[in-house]
Amino acid sequence: MGYFLFRRTLSFVLTLLAVSVVVFAVMNILPGDPALTILGIDASEDALAALRDQLGLNEPVLTRYALWVWNAVQGDFGISHSFGIPVAGLIAERLPMTISLAVSGMVVTVILALALGITAAANHRRGGDWAVMFASQIGIAVPAFWLAMLLVLLFAVKLRWLPPGGFPGWSDPVAAMRSLVLPTVALALVQAAVLARVTRSSALEVMRLDYIRTARASGYSRARVLWRHVLPNALIPIVTIVGLQFAALVTGTIVIENVFYLPGLGRLIFQSIANRDLPTVQALVMLFAAIVVTANFVVDLLYLAIDPRLKTRT
Amino acid sequence: MSRLPANLLIGGLLVALVVGTAALSLVWTPHDHAALNVRGKFADPSDVYWLGTDQLGRDVLSQLMVAARNSMTVALTAVLLGGSIGVALGLLASARGGWVEDVVMRIADIGFAFPALLFAIMLAAVFGPSLTNAVLAIAFINIPVFARVARASANQIWTREYVFAARAAGMGRFAISRDHILPNIAAPVIVQATIEFAVAILAEAALSYLGLGAQPPAPSWGRMLSEAQTLMYLAPQLAIYPGLCIVAAVLGFGLLGDGLRDITDPRLARAR
Repeated sequence: MGYFLFRRTLSFVLTLLAVSVVVFAVMNILPGDPALTILGIDASEDALAALRDQLGLNEPVLTRYALWVWNAVQGDFGISHSFGIPVAGLIAERLPMTISLAVSGMVVTVILALALGITAAANHRRGGDWAVMFASQIGIAVPAFWLAMLLVLLFAVKLRWLPPGGFPGWSDPVAAMRSLVLPTVALALVQAAVLARVTRSSALEVMRLDYIRTARASGYSRARVLWRHVLPNALIPIVTIVGLQFAALVTGTIVIENVFYLPGLGRLIFQSIANRDLPTVQALVMLFAAIVVTANFVVDLLYLAIDPRLKTRT
Repeated sequence: MSRLPANLLIGGLLVALVVGTAALSLVWTPHDHAALNVRGKFADPSDVYWLGTDQLGRDVLSQLMVAARNSMTVALTAVLLGGSIGVALGLLASARGGWVEDVVMRIADIGFAFPALLFAIMLAAVFGPSLTNAVLAIAFINIPVFARVARASANQIWTREYVFAARAAGMGRFAISRDHILPNIAAPVIVQATIEFAVAILAEAALSYLGLGAQPPAPSWGRMLSEAQTLMYLAPQLAIYPGLCIVAAVLGFGLLGDGLRDITDPRLARAR
């Protein structure tokens, strides 16, 4: 187990490094002069030279990369061109919004998917199963941003139950929660469609096994067997997908924040693209990619916790 | 399994509908999709404008048809580009083995850390948003997917006797890859391509919706939706049709891919 942990951690760190190389390369080595981008084409040659010096653009590429990684590890992502303050501060300011959205989305996804998936498995090849499978087939094909628009159309424009977008801040918790409802549902429904299918097929596999029949034969109720015996043993594939989905959910917030005008990291990325604020874009892309890589790493660690058999192997 | 023909049939029908519409738009649309008619804006569906008109009086149906063509072109280009690079890398990894295989597959792993959206964001930040960048981003995420599929399938073929025979006859690894491996991994690669086609349509729609894909005035389902969003109180119907088109296209290619997989790999169909 120690060896597995060591190898997995090593590959995690190496992948993060490789990802940082790709991000840095695309953002920096491709042609274009950041100083010219910031100051515009009317800038004097002296001003350009001064800014290049200040941004460290005269250093060799490798030095700049090393410096970027070294600073980033310590939480310093440079200065935002458009806001004129440290990128780290911008991120810290907007991170809670994105985290609340991703976490609430994940919670709703898991609850919905487990309930639907187990229901479908329990009603295998009957009405409930077909209904869940049909709904999830459609759900997989629906773009989250369109679902979001339909929700706004129904619950904000027609029924006027919930706000169509924006975020009032946490000082008014009720209003804040209300404005998170539609984004959360839009984010979660699509992911739940995928997860419900995995839950169903994984539960069906387990339900074929002998000990489930034994449990039923010993007089345990259907519900108890489903939730206490089937679900825990069906968890491994579910956890894999949940981990991958968390990554998809976090990048999904980029889209959803833009649909609902929520002031999170996703909005910040688009403001930065519009302002050609490369250091901020670079930091945010790295952050999102790091979340994806970390999610995969955590999934592998969770395997160890869930499946004790893995501890004896490798 | 009983749903084996169902997904092929429904998927095939939807794909035929979408591809047919896209092809039809090359020779005929009910109106010029870009023709403005500001007096006739927000028209309800009628004999003249079957699905009504938008905020500039353009015919919605004609725009949807041209958008279908654009969407198919983007998906086809991205999947062909990413797929051929990916398959080539997968074949190389499988033919060489050893450290080459390790390096190629590790690089593929790194590719998985970048959803198309993140890559498109980087390209848009550096070069400015454009449809070309969107295509490149979608193609990029396809490379690792196809590299994995090609390598896994190719590794199986390399153990076949006819491959041993070819090697014994002095055939080189490149020639074997081209003449024996490639034709025999075509089935899983085509299945994957169909599924990735669906993913690409979804990605193009999202990128265009966010302004990172098709630029005005090129019609795109995603961009039509982003325009409709600002008009939701005025003309909610405009937010419906493009979304339905996306769902039909994605569902169609997704089901078709699933169906093809069930046929070509019965073992997998049972496991699901």
